[in-house]
Amino acid sequence: MRLTPEEVDHVALLARLKLAPEERERFTTQLNSILEHFEQLQQIDTTGVPPMSHAVPMSNVLREDEPAPSLSPEEALRNAPDQEGDCFRVPRVIG
Amino acid sequence: MTCPEQSRGSGRRDTGQEQAPALHEMTAHELSELLASKKVSAREALASVLDRIAEVDGEIHAYVRLTREVAEQQAGEIDERRARGEELPPLAGVPLALKDIYCTKGIETTCCSKILSGFVPPYDADVVERCRRNGLVFVGKTNMDEFAMGSSTENSAFGVTRNPWDLDRVPGGSSGGSAAAMAASEAVVAMGTDTGGSIRQPASLCGVVGLKPTYGRVSRYGVIAFASSLDQVGPITKDVRDCALMMNVLAGYDPRDSTSIREPAPDYTKALVPDAKGLRIGLVKEFMEYQGHRVDPEVDRAIAAAVDRLRQLGAECGEISLPYLNCSIPVYYIIAPAEASSNLARYDGVQYGYRAPDSGGDIIEMYSRTRDEGFGAEVKRRIMLGTYALSAGYYDAYYLKASQVRTLIRRDFDRAFEQFDVLVGAVSPTVAFRLGEKTDDPLAMYLSDVCTIPVNMGGLPGMSIPCGFSGDGLPIGLQLVGRPLGEEALLRAAYAFEQSTGHHKRRAHRIQDSNGRRSAVGRA
Repeated sequence: MRLTPEEVDHVALLARLKLAPEERERFTTQLNSILEHFEQLQQIDTTGVPPMSHAVPMSNVLREDEPAPSLSPEEALRNAPDQEGDCFRVPRVIG
Repeated sequence: MTCPEQSRGSGRRDTGQEQAPALHEMTAHELSELLASKKVSAREALASVLDRIAEVDGEIHAYVRLTREVAEQQAGEIDERRARGEELPPLAGVPLALKDIYCTKGIETTCCSKILSGFVPPYDADVVERCRRNGLVFVGKTNMDEFAMGSSTENSAFGVTRNPWDLDRVPGGSSGGSAAAMAASEAVVAMGTDTGGSIRQPASLCGVVGLKPTYGRVSRYGVIAFASSLDQVGPITKDVRDCALMMNVLAGYDPRDSTSIREPAPDYTKALVPDAKGLRIGLVKEFMEYQGHRVDPEVDRAIAAAVDRLRQLGAECGEISLPYLNCSIPVYYIIAPAEASSNLARYDGVQYGYRAPDSGGDIIEMYSRTRDEGFGAEVKRRIMLGTYALSAGYYDAYYLKASQVRTLIRRDFDRAFEQFDVLVGAVSPTVAFRLGEKTDDPLAMYLSDVCTIPVNMGGLPGMSIPCGFSGDGLPIGLQLVGRPLGEEALLRAAYAFEQSTGHHKRRAHRIQDSNGRRSAVGRA
């Protein structure tokens, strides 16, 4: 097996996911079977092949930096689960 | 003109003919003629669609949210403007089904995820603005796999959608609600998105027309992101002419999407020529066979017959092998989850959507519980896969390697387009599979995308049109793939094929429930 349950825990922490014990077990098995299928990629010679990140060649897509209206604080906050004044409220960040 | 009340119940017009289709059954081009000549009103067309939804959507569940009030207001405005003698765009007054992935100002948008429950966007996606400008009437939001991650619409937080041709089978995914809405005439036109086949595969499994345009041809602004280098918006319609008409609405440059192509969009209806003379069409071996496994015999035969038909219509047909397409599945399931893990980091319970209650005083705990409770299993699986592929020590082995192989896939396609104008093959290796058949085996589900994924890897336009039926009466789709910005060649080949065969006229028409057995009845 490539991925151990401990590595799954580490990845879950990086992804900010709190997995239930049965989820952790299931994901370990499933991710390993998926990764095993992916091994075939390692057989392909990609020496000197540039990576493709976009389908259409484009670079330096820039626009003028012009001021324009944006969302009002009320609109921006309307969907927030918790807010106070003009701010999003979250649990304490600094311990 | 009849008043809306009189048309309720069937939506059928009194034309003196037995088989005049009801308004909801019509294509957009049929309906728009009647609207333009004031033979019917937009309100009547909407009423017919809403009645149809009331009749069948309890069984099919194509919609997760109806927007009746918005629709009635839009239809009313169109009727008033027309009555005043205003010149209106071709699709003004045509009822539209929107996948629940587009931001719609003032209308709840959830991507069929619990984590976005209650989210009411403060702005419209570019494509939604375009639809409003063109007078389309928003019937509702359609079901989809959560965050467009899936091939069966079974990953929705709102329950499954059933295939109108056989209610025990999936409609495909992720745009399964939009495709089912077209197959069951629960709207006149629909829209989906396609990251690895999410327009073409459900269109194929539901026997309707779906087009994924060239990456960058349609703006992604305001479309909830899954994998940004692959996502593309496109129409799902009842026939090829409607597909072209919808492309005229959707395509064009948008400065708010930095990947939007700065080319003016053509009039796509000009491509609708009923022959394929001079088109060079190549059957791609890898669309018919994956690592030695051939597509189902019935699919195989239908595609072979379609190629013969295209030859009769004047196309020069040949075959070609593009070996790197066989690597598309691992490449896609590295790249798409990697991009998704980054895109979905924004769902943290702070700015919008769901936040886990009683998360205590710790912010990491709040983030982690919100995301665990808010995301479904497939989304979490892909976030895990993507996070792993991008994590320290694995980037070169997975993401970089996959991106390099992506280049090789594109080079294979470029080589094919030196010989051919359009490539063809299967859309799906099988007809619609049964509900629950693949839900416990993610890899088996991933493999069902084998014919559609290579096209997203190349950023190319791809289309699915009905090309036949299995012995059980389930639809089979033909895939057509074009050069970058080669949508017109696809539409031409598709139109010529459609007009000469008539498969598109067969629709899942009535839903019958005899002796408790669920079944759908197709109409010849």
